[in-house]
Amino acid sequence: MSDSLVFHFDVDGENFTSAGQASTQVKKNLRQLGLSPAIIRRVSIAMYEGEINMVIHADGGTADVIVTEEYIEIVLADQGPGIKNVEQAMQEGFSTATDSIRSLGFGAGMGLPNMKRYTDSMQIDTVVGQGTTITMRVDL
Amino acid sequence: MKVKDLLGHGFEALSLPDGDREIDGVYIGDLLSWVMGRAQMDNAWITIMNNVNVVAVASLADTSCVILAEGVAMTDELKETAEAKDVNVLGSADPIFETAVRLAGLIG
Repeated sequence: MSDSLVFHFDVDGENFTSAGQASTQVKKNLRQLGLSPAIIRRVSIAMYEGEINMVIHADGGTADVIVTEEYIEIVLADQGPGIKNVEQAMQEGFSTATDSIRSLGFGAGMGLPNMKRYTDSMQIDTVVGQGTTITMRVDL
Repeated sequence: MKVKDLLGHGFEALSLPDGDREIDGVYIGDLLSWVMGRAQMDNAWITIMNNVNVVAVASLADTSCVILAEGVAMTDELKETAEAKDVNVLGSADPIFETAVRLAGLIG
């Protein structure tokens, strides 16, 4: 894939109000590449949910978006607490977010389910106490 | 119907960088991830949530506008961010249900 493009972002874990900056930038970049609004929307939503999760649970992390001719891959990596029970975390409505996070309108337990819903494939690699890496693909 | 065509029908412009945007359907909700997962592109989104993350959700979910119902205030931070990210925000003094009914009558 010599012609693939890579966008790298550091996600700030401290600043909740600026969460979404990386996703917003990716949306702009993909628009400039001329991708369809529907594809851009799916990538943006999946990435935003991941970004929010990293801010809420993992004190930030990194996000890499790889654009090839066949797919867009989003790799979100953090060194947070890890996910104890992935199956449970994938259920709509399950959340470990605090009340203060919920008061902002997050913590509905829709983050991971939305990421799965809006992508063609999603892989979660997580080790409790070490961190989580989520790899998602949207086919073009 | 365009977003700007709602003005004067009980909706006021709080941020209107893209008033020509067409509205296609309506979504109502305050849980941001829920809205993110369910709202459709070009929907008008009615909510009472007014923190700055609303702008990010509206932008990324690609809704045509946010409608702050129940007279919920537009904060300076929200206005600034909405204008910077080209997100339309309208206000309605009415409760959510009445706001939705009025909107439904207008967009048909």
